[in-house]
Amino acid sequence: MTTVDQNGTAGSGLEQFDVEPVNRRDQQQPLYAPRKKIHPKRAEGTFRRFKWLVMLITLGIYYITPWIRWDRGEFAPDQAVLIDLYNRRFYFFWIEIWPQEFYYVAGLLLMAALGLFLVTSSVGRAWCGYTCPQTVWVDLFLVVERFIEGDRNKRIRLDKEPMSPSKAAKRVSKHTIWLLIAVATGGAWIFYFADAPTLFMDVFTGTAPTVAYGTIAVLTFTTYSLGGLMREQLCTYMCPWPRIQAAMLDEHSLTVTYNVWRGEPRSRHRKVQQAAGATVGDCIDCNACVAVCPMGIDIRDGQQLECITCALCIDACDGVMEKIGQPKGLISYSTLASYNHNMKLAQLADGTVDPARVHTADGGIAPEVEHTTLRSILRPRTMIYFAIWALIGLGMLVMLTTRDRLEINVLHDRNPVSVRLSDGTVRNGYTVKILNMMPERRTVLLTIEDFPQGAMIMPLEKDDPRQAIFLDIDPDSLRAQRIFVIADPEGLDGQQTPFRFRVRDSAGSERAEYDAIFDNGAAR
Amino acid sequence: MSEKEIDSVTNVETTGHEWDGIKELNNPLPRWWVYVFYATIVFSIGYAVYYPAIPLIEGATQGISGETTRGQLHEEMAAVEAGRADMLEQIRGMEVGEIPANPELARFASAGGASAFKVYCSQCHGSGAQGAAGYPNLNDDDWLWGGSIEQIAATIRHGVRYEADGDTRWSEMPAFGRDQLLQREEILAVAHYVRSLSGLEHDRGAMDEGARVYAENCAACHGEDGLGNTDLGAPNLADALWLYGDSQQEIVSQINNPKHGVMPAWGERLGDAVVKQLAVYVHGLGGGE
Repeated sequence: MTTVDQNGTAGSGLEQFDVEPVNRRDQQQPLYAPRKKIHPKRAEGTFRRFKWLVMLITLGIYYITPWIRWDRGEFAPDQAVLIDLYNRRFYFFWIEIWPQEFYYVAGLLLMAALGLFLVTSSVGRAWCGYTCPQTVWVDLFLVVERFIEGDRNKRIRLDKEPMSPSKAAKRVSKHTIWLLIAVATGGAWIFYFADAPTLFMDVFTGTAPTVAYGTIAVLTFTTYSLGGLMREQLCTYMCPWPRIQAAMLDEHSLTVTYNVWRGEPRSRHRKVQQAAGATVGDCIDCNACVAVCPMGIDIRDGQQLECITCALCIDACDGVMEKIGQPKGLISYSTLASYNHNMKLAQLADGTVDPARVHTADGGIAPEVEHTTLRSILRPRTMIYFAIWALIGLGMLVMLTTRDRLEINVLHDRNPVSVRLSDGTVRNGYTVKILNMMPERRTVLLTIEDFPQGAMIMPLEKDDPRQAIFLDIDPDSLRAQRIFVIADPEGLDGQQTPFRFRVRDSAGSERAEYDAIFDNGAAR
Repeated sequence: MSEKEIDSVTNVETTGHEWDGIKELNNPLPRWWVYVFYATIVFSIGYAVYYPAIPLIEGATQGISGETTRGQLHEEMAAVEAGRADMLEQIRGMEVGEIPANPELARFASAGGASAFKVYCSQCHGSGAQGAAGYPNLNDDDWLWGGSIEQIAATIRHGVRYEADGDTRWSEMPAFGRDQLLQREEILAVAHYVRSLSGLEHDRGAMDEGARVYAENCAACHGEDGLGNTDLGAPNLADALWLYGDSQQEIVSQINNPKHGVMPAWGERLGDAVVKQLAVYVHGLGGGE
């Protein structure tokens, strides 16, 4: 590694990186090759700051959410977000979902998928570059690595050194902190499935369920191995999403782009070449963009599958451009459409690039160059994605606000369907299931409708046939009540009589109905 | 093969095998694959030592764990029995009539009874206890020997007309026709009379004769109004339910040469707790009194 200025002479403080992209585009490695380790250099700049912010927010959400309390009264848990697998309930702040309302989760998944389509088609692989847990945790693990072993050059040197006490100490402390982070990751996950403070104590006193420890162990292993050891290999070889996202991109999607039209021909000795009258672009071939890349690619080879658009190369390049007094944005977020437009401006008849055509005389960027703005987001494709996404969201919201919190399901006895009694009447048995989905005790009135000849009796209660029965239902639970309906078949036509069970909240207006059948008994 | 051949395109050694001019490259297996393979070998040795594994001419090696699936089943069943023991002990210790008052015990007894019913009772009474011609429907409210939970338990315990049990329920209706206790005309008349008791179609002309024959021969067991007598197992003739059919012909046949159902005594075979559970289940089907 050498330090050179833009004339190629040492001493100006501008770093020149002796770095070969591990995953160079035109050098596909054989499948059996062992992994070449990537040592990403620390980047500084707008996007790096934005990524710290995103990391703070995403990790914050992940770790803090289970600890938020939400009062639901005495009959329901007070955890804001809780997936109660044992009681089969999902709580999300003011929303409580029962298993039979699982379609809300399906709707959420649909929204997540469409949201990804929307994000990808408008701002490219932003999910990969900023918010994917793999990216966030690898970033976190890199912080630890950099803190203990130093930045890129120190790490490379350390790797090459023979094992020594100080190297061993660094390695041990790095892996220990990684493992601690991994344990904390797995540890936070389980709090979504049980009361967090209670489980927290249980985990430390050794009284938590085995499945909790098992989950922590599995997630510790995956976090440590995927975030610490496998890193970019997960994205490149294991993850299907980069392949799918490639289909989501079009010429108006934002991608991290090396602007060939102003960079080429690149030269390490720019001023010397310029003085000699040669055509030179803005790229001084310092390889800073390669050195910071966590995926081990050279962005100047163009759009590649490995690129997660983390934009750290933009930060690195902008820093260099600033130092050598060139306009920023040699590597920038750009659409393929603007790139092609600018290439057309810069290209000569023989296809080679003449950067002078897109520069002003004083070295600035010519006014006819097209700059990508966020307006590229607004186009029919993204609008349609957004419309569908919003429609599903609105639909779910409407359903959520108007959904029933009282439901009734009825199972008609099938063996026997009907029983003839000694006085000639016919009895049908039903299991009436009433769901009180509110966290409070309710008294409901169960009635039979459109069946004046029929009457209900409770089991072992013969003397009181009636059309309406009051039932108490425990908070947030299901009551399965055996109900017999009796009727004299003399007054009924045909083999079956359709009627309805209706359940009504005795205190409110909420009600639910179930269409049932009364079997009139075997024809005699 | 003496000399190793190197493929010129890939620079990889070949295996030396050739099929129709196609040669196989000798690429090494992925390391992880090889290690997993070795790990499975180590695992299999441990497995074969620990568990029953190698089949011999008679039986198989037992393994040092002493574990067998049959043994596992025994353990699991023992655990189930142990889990039930407390409830069953409570059921043994109380009168059958007290069980329904205890909701938890009633639920347990009813579930156990339902399961025992499927095994021991459904062959005759049907899987839904709906009965068949000659086999009473246990869902309805018509009981030959009484529909209280105690009476049901007694019937299950000692059976009906089951000679091996001294306390069995026993009654026999005389064969009025076969033994020539009544004349053919008298039987036809009393059959019409019996049909009239439950409001079925009948010959009004036979009523006087039928009433006389009934009062002299039938009322002692079936009661003056035909309401039956559960102490004697005499069916109610005034209701809508007929075990052997309600047609004139079926009734005549029953007076002429009556059929008598037999039910085994289950008390000794199933034990006290299961009998009580069965009683709770049958009583709860809907007809219990």
